[in-house]
Amino acid sequence: MAAGARDVAPIALAAAVIGMSFGILARDAGMGVVAPIVMSLTTFAGSAQMAAVTVMDDGGAVAAAAAAAILLNLRYVAIGISVAPSLHGRRVRRLAESQLATDESWAISQDRGRVDRQRLIGAGLVLLVAWTTGTVAGVFGGSVVGDPATYGFDAMFPALFLALLVGQLGDGRARAAALAGALIALGLTPVAPPGVPIVAAAAAALVALRPERPA
Amino acid sequence: MSTTWLIVLLVGAATAALKGLAPVLLGERELPRPVARVSGALAPALLAALVVVQTVGDGQALTLDPRVAGVAAAAVALLLRAPLLVVLASSAGIAAAVNALT
Repeated sequence: MAAGARDVAPIALAAAVIGMSFGILARDAGMGVVAPIVMSLTTFAGSAQMAAVTVMDDGGAVAAAAAAAILLNLRYVAIGISVAPSLHGRRVRRLAESQLATDESWAISQDRGRVDRQRLIGAGLVLLVAWTTGTVAGVFGGSVVGDPATYGFDAMFPALFLALLVGQLGDGRARAAALAGALIALGLTPVAPPGVPIVAAAAAALVALRPERPA
Repeated sequence: MSTTWLIVLLVGAATAALKGLAPVLLGERELPRPVARVSGALAPALLAALVVVQTVGDGQALTLDPRVAGVAAAAVALLLRAPLLVVLASSAGIAAAVNALT
């Protein structure tokens, strides 16, 4: 658990700053101070929260705001499938622990093709605290540090995913899945609503169905 | 109930359900081999898609902004086998520098 917490620390710093910008955005959208904080604690998914608040701020309907957020979070079905074999115990406990899976905690807990439960929980808890603390700072204090892009924090997330991807490319199947996933995401981004490209990229994992070739 | 709270509730409940769906329904049952292979390939497929979308994606547009320089710096650091912290620091540092210059 400590290993997951330690490894995710730099990302948690970035998450806190992004959480702060979510808090500011939510307050300016007229959400008040309690609702954004509750949302960070319960939804705990940055892009979906940002999307919901943006639609709301633009005067969109409840259904439109919720649909945008849910579309962005559909990828968590795939992440859930990847996490499931590592969670144990009663259903309530598995449900509770699965909530700590975010893109970042899930990515950082990859261990030889499986998810390391301890790392997932450690990293997830640190990210939850950072994300929510950032949101609290945002709704009450406004911007202490300014735009996250000024510090390049927005580049840290893809850099993390790239670093973790490189460690995953051991065999030909993984490389084929990664290449196909990247191409699907690139091709669909300009034409599909946000969220869909990543969900569709999960289909690239189907290349693993092809028979193993002798090395 | 206000619109705000309705959205917070809806999105929160839906996200919890999406995250918990497989862990609750599948449990720790070992997946059949072909399914396990596909599940193992989900990580590289999703990670690659996240890299693409978060590097050049901006809503429905593809853009070239300082994030691209940051991720390129991370790639160089990875080629040099730098530790993760150095990889992340170079991505943020280079992206911030390019952001300041442009």
